[in-house]
Amino acid sequence: MIKSNLIISIAHFLRGIGHRMISRVWRLGAGTRLFLLTIMYSGESFRRFHLTLREIYFTGVMSLLIIIVSAFFVGMVLALQGYNTLQKYGSSEAIGVLVALSLVRELGPVVTALLFAGRAGTAITAEIGLMKTTEQLSAMEMMAVNPIARVVAPRFWAGVISMPILAALFSMVGVLGGYLVAVPLIGVDSGAFWSQMQANVDVRADIVNGVIKSVVFAVACTMIALFEGFDAPPTAEGVSHATTRTVVISSLTVLGLDFVLTSFMMVV
Amino acid sequence: MERTKIDLWVGIFVALGVAALLGLAMKVGNLTSNNLGKTYSVSAAFENVGGLKPNAPVKSAGVVVGRVADIKFDSKTYEAIVNINIDQRYAFPKDTFANIYTAGLLGEQYVGLEAGGEDDSLKNGDKITQTQGAVVLEKMISKFLFSKASESESNSEPAAATPEN
Repeated sequence: MIKSNLIISIAHFLRGIGHRMISRVWRLGAGTRLFLLTIMYSGESFRRFHLTLREIYFTGVMSLLIIIVSAFFVGMVLALQGYNTLQKYGSSEAIGVLVALSLVRELGPVVTALLFAGRAGTAITAEIGLMKTTEQLSAMEMMAVNPIARVVAPRFWAGVISMPILAALFSMVGVLGGYLVAVPLIGVDSGAFWSQMQANVDVRADIVNGVIKSVVFAVACTMIALFEGFDAPPTAEGVSHATTRTVVISSLTVLGLDFVLTSFMMVV
Repeated sequence: MERTKIDLWVGIFVALGVAALLGLAMKVGNLTSNNLGKTYSVSAAFENVGGLKPNAPVKSAGVVVGRVADIKFDSKTYEAIVNINIDQRYAFPKDTFANIYTAGLLGEQYVGLEAGGEDDSLKNGDKITQTQGAVVLEKMISKFLFSKASESESNSEPAAATPEN
């Protein structure tokens, strides 16, 4: 009796793993299909650009404050911590290079994407999830309005347009924050700060690669948020779970993608 | 009315983004400092370039006068051919001496030009004949060790040692 109970519980456990795996793969496939449909139906979000403009306002402009404030503090902390180590080797002038390279190559795109997932991604998921719960999406279909063209695509393009702008702002404000700590506060020479930075930051290898990263993160983050909202079970609980998943999956995807992109961009 | 307000904000947002990108390219990156204006190209053959890389500075008297365009290997002479772009404003005599130096003890390597005494100056496509390659630390150390060893040998048997110089 005990033996058969054990076997049943093991079988149950294995079935659970299999079910989870299959549902993950199913969700990946459905997400890819939604992505392709979004690209296919994105004509309307450019023809009626005010739809996209409204979403840029909500995802981009409203995220300005959190991006600028956090960038400022990230830059200041980078300068303080970097100075701590660099002065041991007598090269505190290299602090500008350290701040600029770490912001432009890594922290700008990555932290922006993480903040974006928390600030805008959750809003997108909750909004679309609630639209589904209150059957607004079904109502649109009844009126022969394609919800992907009318709801999903404008939000997608708004995210893809907003995120590189936010990332560039993050890097620039971070560099200014680093300057504020390094030059007036610590007393590093202002000329050495900028000239070493300019000598070691390459426009194509560093800045353009950072922009490419932020575009890729934008596609990933926005698409995950849209899919989670579109896929959420039409209940209060379902929407709340979907919102949580948006943050978790977006963050993990961004960090994983960052490693892949960095290794691609590495020139030996 | 609501839409025009959003338009304004989005416009400000996009303008800020463009300004940030421009600022990154101009103030942080090397878009401006890399720009030499009009240049002429000169090549030089080195026996060893060490860690010299394309885009490394070319300096004369400590002032950046050009940049390394590219580095190739010549399979006939087994030497490294370094093409350098020099700013049109600066003319150098034909017998200019090209060295590869290191900035600081462990810093990046650059090409140093020492002007010669000839009247004719280098033109586009000319070749600098007098060069000295990078100093390889291992070679220097082994030279030093060998000379030390031969010194101590000659000290122990002074009769067998024949002074070369």
